[in-house]
Amino acid sequence: MEDLLAEFLAETSEALADLDTALVALERQGGDKETLAQIFRTVHSVKGAAGFLGLHRLGAVAHAAENLLGLYRDGAASVSPAGVTAVLGAVDAIRTILSGLAETGAEPAGDDAALVAALEAAQTGEAPPVSLPVVAEKPEPVLEAVAPVASAPEPPVAAAVEAVAAPAAALPTQSIRVSLGVLDELMTLASELVLVRNQLLQIARGAEASPFAAPLSRLSRITSDMQEGVMKTRMQPVSAAWGPLPRIVRDLGTELGKRIDLVMSGGDTELDRQVLELIRDPLTHIVRNSCDHGLEGPEARRAAGKPETGRIALTARQEGGRIVIEIADDGRGLDLVRVRARALQRGLATEAELAAMRDEDVARFVFHAGFSTAEAITAVSGRGVGMDVVRSNIERIGGTVDLQTFSGRGTTLTIRIPLTLAIVSALVVQAAGERFAVPQATVVELVGLGGGGATVEWLDAAPVLRLRGQLLPLVALGPLLGLEAARDGGAPVGGFVAVLQGDAGRYGLLVDTVFDTEEIVVKPVAPILRDLAGFSGNTILGDGSVIMILDPAGIARMAGVGAGSAVVDDSLVEEVDLTQVLVFRAGGSPTPIAVPLGVIARLESLPGKSIEIAGGKHAAQYRGQLMPLVPIGHWMPPAPDAMQPVLVFQDGTRQLGLVVDEIVDVVEESLALRPSAEQAGFLGSAIVCGRVTDVLDCAYWLRQGDPSWFGKPDATVPRLLLVEDSGFFRQIVVPALTSAGYDVTAKADAVQALQLRAEGAMFDAVLTDIEMPGMDGFELLAEVRRDGPWKRTPMVALTGRAGPTEVARGRAAGFHDFVAKFDRDRVLSALSAAIGQENRA
Amino acid sequence: MTATASHGTELLLTLQVGGRLCGLPVSRIRDVIRCERIARVPLAPPGVAGLLNLRGRIVTAVDLRDRLGLPPAAPDAARMNVVVEERGELYSLLADGVGEVLSVNPESRDDVPHTLRGPWREHAVAVHRLDGGLLIELDADRILAFGARSGGDMRR
Repeated sequence: MEDLLAEFLAETSEALADLDTALVALERQGGDKETLAQIFRTVHSVKGAAGFLGLHRLGAVAHAAENLLGLYRDGAASVSPAGVTAVLGAVDAIRTILSGLAETGAEPAGDDAALVAALEAAQTGEAPPVSLPVVAEKPEPVLEAVAPVASAPEPPVAAAVEAVAAPAAALPTQSIRVSLGVLDELMTLASELVLVRNQLLQIARGAEASPFAAPLSRLSRITSDMQEGVMKTRMQPVSAAWGPLPRIVRDLGTELGKRIDLVMSGGDTELDRQVLELIRDPLTHIVRNSCDHGLEGPEARRAAGKPETGRIALTARQEGGRIVIEIADDGRGLDLVRVRARALQRGLATEAELAAMRDEDVARFVFHAGFSTAEAITAVSGRGVGMDVVRSNIERIGGTVDLQTFSGRGTTLTIRIPLTLAIVSALVVQAAGERFAVPQATVVELVGLGGGGATVEWLDAAPVLRLRGQLLPLVALGPLLGLEAARDGGAPVGGFVAVLQGDAGRYGLLVDTVFDTEEIVVKPVAPILRDLAGFSGNTILGDGSVIMILDPAGIARMAGVGAGSAVVDDSLVEEVDLTQVLVFRAGGSPTPIAVPLGVIARLESLPGKSIEIAGGKHAAQYRGQLMPLVPIGHWMPPAPDAMQPVLVFQDGTRQLGLVVDEIVDVVEESLALRPSAEQAGFLGSAIVCGRVTDVLDCAYWLRQGDPSWFGKPDATVPRLLLVEDSGFFRQIVVPALTSAGYDVTAKADAVQALQLRAEGAMFDAVLTDIEMPGMDGFELLAEVRRDGPWKRTPMVALTGRAGPTEVARGRAAGFHDFVAKFDRDRVLSALSAAIGQENRA
Repeated sequence: MTATASHGTELLLTLQVGGRLCGLPVSRIRDVIRCERIARVPLAPPGVAGLLNLRGRIVTAVDLRDRLGLPPAAPDAARMNVVVEERGELYSLLADGVGEVLSVNPESRDDVPHTLRGPWREHAVAVHRLDGGLLIELDADRILAFGARSGGDMRR
C-alpha cells in the first residue's frame, strides 16, 4: 500500500505540473479538443487511483472536477472562467491533499463542500458561490494564490496565471525509479569495497609511518559512508510488509466472528528490503495467531469486562542497529497452566523443572516444534506448526523473538531484527587450526578457560560449564566438524567458550582461540556445498583468507543440543520430508528410539498403581478401560507412586499402551531410514538430532499386544490404494491405515497404481502422495478422472506441506481433501469423509 | 560446448592428473593459477578440496585426483588451479600440472572406449590420439556434478 501510494504521488505530481499549463491554455484559447482530453484524462486517473487507494476526499474532488471537464470535453457546456477557476481550485485542492499524503501518509482533514458545489454550479452555468474556502489544515502557498481568485466574482485571468507560476513547489520531483537489480549490484560492489578496505587496513596496520596512512584512513571513512549510503537506497518502510495485514485481520475477524481492530504505528521505520521480505511471512503468521488464539470472542470479552472489539497493535521502531517490531494483542494471554501441562505431556520438561521455571520461560515453549495449546484445530492456524517456524525464520536472519504474556490482558511478541543482512559483524574463532566466523549477534558472551578462570567439567563424555549457577552444555567445535578427535572425558580443556544462542537455548562453543571481530560480507556457498549443515555461508577476511561462517542454530542441531531443536531450514524443506518424530528410550537401552508422532494417539504418564496384571499380561486402568500394556524390551513395573510414560495407540475404542522408559523429545526430522541389522520391532535406524536412532515398527508392537489389532478379513472393510514413493512412509502409513480398519494396497508410483486399474482392481478410495518421481499426484488424479473404472473413486492427496494454498489448489484440482502426511487423524477423517461412510473408529 | 576453431579443430588445455594426460576445452576455462592457500571446508563432500580467494571471489576447489578415483597428491606437491565457471559460480579443478594448449582435429578424436570404467568413464567425453600418446578429454560439468541426487543436475 505504502509503495503504491509513493508511486501514485510521484506520478500524479508530474501530471499535475502539466495540467496547470494545459488549464491556462484552456482558458486563454477556449481550449482545443486535445487539451481538454488531456486534462480530463489526468483528473480521471487521479479519481481512479484515489478510489483504488481508498482516498475518499481526493476522490470526491476529482470526481466533481471530472464531471465538469467531461461536459467541456464533449462540448455539452462552454468553457467559462468561473468553470476554469473551479477546476484550478480542484487541482490545488488535489495538490494540497497530495502533499498531506506525502507528509503523513493519510489524507489531511478538510471540507471541500464549497469547492464541489462550485464545480457542480459551473456544470449548469450558474454563478459560482461567493468564496471557496481554503481547504487545507496547513495553507499552501499555491492555495493562497488561488484563494483571492476564487473569492472574486469574475476572476481575472492574471490571477490564474499567478497560481500556475508556482506549480510544482508543493511536490517537486525528488525521486527517480531505479531497478532493484541495479541497487543489489551496488550493494554487492559496496560490500566488496568494504572487504578491500579491510584488507588494506590490515596491511597498513604494521606500518604506522607509511605515506599511505592518511589517504587510507580517508578511503576507509568514505567507504563506510558509501556503504551506509548504498544501504539506505535499499531501505523500505516496514509498512510495505504490513500492507496485506488489515485485510487479513478483517477477513479473519469475519470468519471467526470476532471484532478486531488492527492499529499500526511506526510503519515508516525503514529496513533493508531483503530483511523485509524475510519477515513478511512470520509477521503475517503472528498476526493470524493473535486473531485466532490471542483474542477472545465478543461474549468472552464482555464477560471479562473488556470492550467487545479486540485490539492488535503493531508497532515498529529503530533501536540502535536493530529494528524492533512489536505485535501486541489485548486478548486472554497464554494459558500458562496449559502450556505447562502440554510441555510435560510432550516430555519437554519434567514436572520439577516446570515448577521451578519462570513464567516467561514457560511461555517460550510455544516456540517449540509441534507445540500448540489451541483446543480446537482451526482452519486459521494449523496444528502446532507455526511459532517454531516463525522463530527459526527470524533467527535465521540474525533476529530474536520474545514473548510476554499477561493472563487476561494479552500477549506481546517482540521481534528484533538487524537493519541489513549483507554485512554482519562476526567473531573469528579457531578450532583445530582452522578459523571460522561466528555472527556476533548470536554470541552472548565469551568465557576464557583455565588460568584461574572457568573450568570445563565432564558428565561422562559430555563437557559442560558451570556458568552463574547453571549448567551450560558445551560443543567442541573441532571434533564436531571432524577436524580432530574428541577429547576423552575428564581431560583438562583450555581455550575459550563462546556462549551462543541456539534454537532451544544457549550452549557453549568450545574453541581453541578467539580473534578479533570483523565486519564480514556473507556470501552463499557454492551449490555443491549447500547441503552442509552448520554453516550459513562463507566470506573473505581482511587478510584475504577464505573462511566458513558458522550457523549457531545448525551447529546446535548437529550436536543435538537442547530439546526440540527443530529449526526448519527452508532449503531443506523443499528437498526432504520433515516429520514430527517422537524420540524416546525404552528397554533400558541407551540408543534412542524414534516413531512418527502422527501414529500415536496420546502420550501419557500413568501412575504405577494403575498398572495391574490381567491374564498374565500387564494392563492399566485408563479412561475407564483396561488398556493392554506392551513393554518395548526389558521392563519392570514402577512403584505404585511412580509415574510410567506410555505411548497410547488407539483404534476406535481399542487402546494399547507401549511402555517406554522416558520420552526424550519431539523433533522435526527427515527420517532417512537406513537399513540396520535385522532387529524385530524396528524398521531400521535413522539419524535424529545428530544421533543414531532406532525407528520403531509400530505394527510389530501392536500385534504383540493384540494379535487381532489389525482386524480380521472382513467383506465390508473398505479397500484403499496408497500411492507413495517413499518406502519409509509406506511402512508407516500402511499400519496406521490398517489399524484404522482399511484394507490397504500400497504402490510406489502412479504407473504401478494405474497398472492395478488395468488389471481390474477396484478401491473405495485412493490416497496419493503429491510429489512423486515421474507422474505426480496431480497427474495421477487427472488420469484417473479422465475415464476408466476409477473415474468416480474418491482421491485424497497426501503431502509434506498442507498450507492453505496447497489445500486450495488440491481441492480445485479435484481431490476430496489434501492432508499432511502423518496427521493421522486428519488422514483418517478425510478418508472416511471421502468414502462417505461413518468413520469405523 | 567445445571450442571449435575455424577448421573444426578444438583447443584443449592439457593437464597432468596422476600421471595421465588429460584435457579440458579452453572455452570453459576462466583462469589458470598456481595453487594458493586453500581453506578446508569441514564435512565437505569428498572431492571438495576447499575454498580459495581468486581476486575477491570465492572459488570452490575440486580435486581432480579424487574425482577420477586416484590417490591423493603428496601434501607438499605443487598443484595448479584450473578455474571454470558453472552457473555463475567459480570452481577450481585441481590438477598436478598444466601443459600447453593443443589444437586437436576431429580425425584424431575417438569416443571413450566402453572398456574404460569407473570414474574415468563417468567424467571423460573423448579420447584424442596424439603423436606422443593418448589424451583424455574431461567434461567439467560432469566433474562438478556432485552428490547422489545430481546425475548432472546441480541443485540451485
